[in-house]
Amino acid sequence: MGDSLTAETIQLAGAGGDDLEAYLARPGGDDRRGGVVVIHHMPGYDRATKEMVRRFAELGYDALCPNLFFREAPGAAPDDASATARARGGVPDERLVGDVAACVDHLRGLPSSNGRVGVIGHCSGGRQAVLAACRLDLDAAVDCYGAFVTGDPPAGSPTAPSNLVDLLPDLGAPLLGLFGKEDRTPSPEHVRELDERLTELGKPHQFHSYDDAGHAFFAVDRPSYRVAAANDGWERITAFFAKHLATQAA
Amino acid sequence: MCTYTTVFEQVDGSAKGPEGQWFHVSAATVYYDHPVHAMAEHTLNIDLTDPSRGPEGRVAVELTRESATRLVRAIEEALASAPEGA
Repeated sequence: MGDSLTAETIQLAGAGGDDLEAYLARPGGDDRRGGVVVIHHMPGYDRATKEMVRRFAELGYDALCPNLFFREAPGAAPDDASATARARGGVPDERLVGDVAACVDHLRGLPSSNGRVGVIGHCSGGRQAVLAACRLDLDAAVDCYGAFVTGDPPAGSPTAPSNLVDLLPDLGAPLLGLFGKEDRTPSPEHVRELDERLTELGKPHQFHSYDDAGHAFFAVDRPSYRVAAANDGWERITAFFAKHLATQAA
Repeated sequence: MCTYTTVFEQVDGSAKGPEGQWFHVSAATVYYDHPVHAMAEHTLNIDLTDPSRGPEGRVAVELTRESATRLVRAIEEALASAPEGA
């Protein structure tokens, strides 16, 4: 496998048939490969997220990231788009599921697709990755420190989403969870609750919680970045997707 | 931490925004969450906006918890120094 890749912005029909912008990165060559949907964090469809999309292409996957704030702020800077979406109450879960479904369909429709598609998200995208894996036909899911998969949002917080505990019996893909022990949302207790619940349900999952790391330890442009946790996390993501996405679907 | 919590308030005044232009602001969005620019893991963020001007129609600040607390005190002190209606 070479290191050539292409990356571009494309337009899709998202949830409800709405116009949806997305960032697609693809390895060079004609070999069959899996796909990865990258769900951006709450700060938006930004440069750091697009770097991750290209990294998945470099790892050998067709990777696609939807701009979840495109409806509220087409063409806006990522920070302005994020602020606008936040002011309007955030991204509804149903819309998120529809947008990710459109990305999954696009990836499976590519001539290079081996039929397998995974999802990964960070921060709010971590919760949304689990949500997508409970609602859609996916082959692997990675939750990087998503808040409120378990646990309850603070009282009197109308913009916070509900947790996903009731949906977990529908989780249809193996889940890799990567967390920081110094994080409070999700806290180690939230992670333990999720781990225990998935074990009770017989859902395949692998969780890793890092010392000396809190929230957003993968974010290379933020003071929360922790190189040891991030490097180990990328190795685990690489191995996890290689196991679940790299081979031809049955 | 990813709080999701957002507090909304109506305001009435002006702010100096993109390209140095003053504009009327009518809404404030206040939240404690990840900053875009400040070198802190979390900050108290305030967006003063005119929603009719689109996503770019905002003035944003990201303040550390300590400095945001001092700013609240400073605002209250300044307001207390002048009688209502002044």
